[in-house]
Amino acid sequence: MQTNDLERVAKGIRRRDLRAVFEAGAGHIGGEMSAIDILTALYFRVLNVMPDDPGNPGRDRFVLSKGHTACALYVTLAKRGFIPEEEISTFLKPHSRLNGHPNCQKVPGVETNTGPLGHGLPVAVGMAKAAKLGGASWRTYVMTGDGEMQEGSNWEAIMAAAQFGLDNLTLIIDHNRFQQGAALADTNNLAPLRPKLEAFGWEVTEINGNDMSEIVPALEHRGDRPHCVVAHTNKGHGISFMQDRVDWHHKVPNAEQYKTAMEELAEEME
Amino acid sequence: MSEVLTAPKLRDCRDAFVAVLERLGAENEKVVAVCNDSVGSSKLGGFKAKFPERLVNVGIAEQNMVGVGAGLANGGMLPFVCAAAPFLTGRALEQIKADIAYSNANVKLVGISSGMAYGELGPTHHSIEDFAWTRVLPNLPVIAPCDSIETAAAVEWAATYPGPCFLRLSRVGVPDLLPEGHVFELGKANQLRDGSDVTLIANGTLTHRMLKAAEILAGRGVEARVLNMATVRPIDVEAVVAAVRDTGAILTAEEHSTFGGLGSAIAEVVVAEAPAPMKILGVPGIFAPTGSAEFLLDEFGMAPAAVADAAEALIARKR
Repeated sequence: MQTNDLERVAKGIRRRDLRAVFEAGAGHIGGEMSAIDILTALYFRVLNVMPDDPGNPGRDRFVLSKGHTACALYVTLAKRGFIPEEEISTFLKPHSRLNGHPNCQKVPGVETNTGPLGHGLPVAVGMAKAAKLGGASWRTYVMTGDGEMQEGSNWEAIMAAAQFGLDNLTLIIDHNRFQQGAALADTNNLAPLRPKLEAFGWEVTEINGNDMSEIVPALEHRGDRPHCVVAHTNKGHGISFMQDRVDWHHKVPNAEQYKTAMEELAEEME
Repeated sequence: MSEVLTAPKLRDCRDAFVAVLERLGAENEKVVAVCNDSVGSSKLGGFKAKFPERLVNVGIAEQNMVGVGAGLANGGMLPFVCAAAPFLTGRALEQIKADIAYSNANVKLVGISSGMAYGELGPTHHSIEDFAWTRVLPNLPVIAPCDSIETAAAVEWAATYPGPCFLRLSRVGVPDLLPEGHVFELGKANQLRDGSDVTLIANGTLTHRMLKAAEILAGRGVEARVLNMATVRPIDVEAVVAAVRDTGAILTAEEHSTFGGLGSAIAEVVVAEAPAPMKILGVPGIFAPTGSAEFLLDEFGMAPAAVADAAEALIARKR
């Protein structure tokens, strides 16, 4: 799929995600809007995945380590054919398999259970190591939040990935500069991320993570070391009043805000 | 004959574990050992020599170690994640919960030097909370073999079981108790001796002490049933109910806190299914003092003679 088509798909995912969070009355809209362009590029361009055979051993793996943005993943998986689109309306409802955090035992396309932060990258390192041990060509992608990189387990995994020479692993850091309660800079400022990753032996590419023309080549890059894409994004991207506002980490729009947001996303579609 | 001449040979269950692991590794190229720098203490040197690329040493990083295990399983490998039990279960408990149990990842967690095997090193290195921490997790069988034969059988079982488990091993020598060729069955206790006055239930390093206690009791005219109950989860409900029905009282002993371990698991069954007097022996909810594992087990009332005394006191509480 080409850039223009990917952008159109991403906007459709934003609209469906916004509606799901509005109807459920809960969710993590800010970090979903920042990540959706990357999720779209992964599932509609980069990943070799098989919605009709989600457990195919030769599939590429994607781990959403920032599991609280599960709704964006569910919508993306639905648009890609892993789960029925109409099922999105069950998000967070009693007994729905669409938890607030993804469950690999229930939702096809989810590879491992995430929710507590700092879990996805170590698991992704294990996946990439398994491909190396088995001589397989499938690749592993994992997305973390930037605040999530404060978890020490990530740096354990970053060390191991370099030691193991995992050139089949891509870490995408959704660098939207805000965590739950405040700006990253006002909490435990990891920025700049590039020199830290490079010091640990990784190759680093910095991109505008809400620009499809930069996302696709970064995700398709092949090097000889583990690759980190530092994706500079905007929390709440695409919705003007949410953008870069920390309170939209998990705030839910009221009816008027919902209408305004939908209009903005609709206008952008033209 | 002197005590020394009749004493049975004591075996380190780690040797049985790695012997089976190395054979499995030769038979199946998916078998991987994951460790946290613990090649020596997990006795993985032989595995490393035979299959160097399948020894995944993540360094001193237990959270990553367990996550990597889950990822290896997702990628089609059969990982045995080996580390000292206190660090495997304590440091990486959330990884065990989310990445292994909740994700139902086919990872075999092997806790080495569990209980008070590192007795002299102090409570940071004691693993007397691990039954409690792991047995509350769905999807995760918890198993503490009593000897090298049961250890080998449990490792064989784990390799074919299509899901995660926690094998709790010691480095403290124990005599062989089960017959050669023993086949491990998950959730099934083994009756090592029958009796009608009381049932002694233990696992791991305590089972052989229960047999000695039963001998002492026999000398006092008391007949004790002895059950080896390696599986703490799922607990053998049938054996517990039968023990109450046939003997009317249960004494448990474990190299673990008395809070939340084997005794607690059995008490949950007793309360719900067959109320009867019970005595739970273990570390009584404190940080243990310095001393060897054997010293500490004696110190906490689990020397065979002390167990026999506790059993008699328990029997007096019947009816």
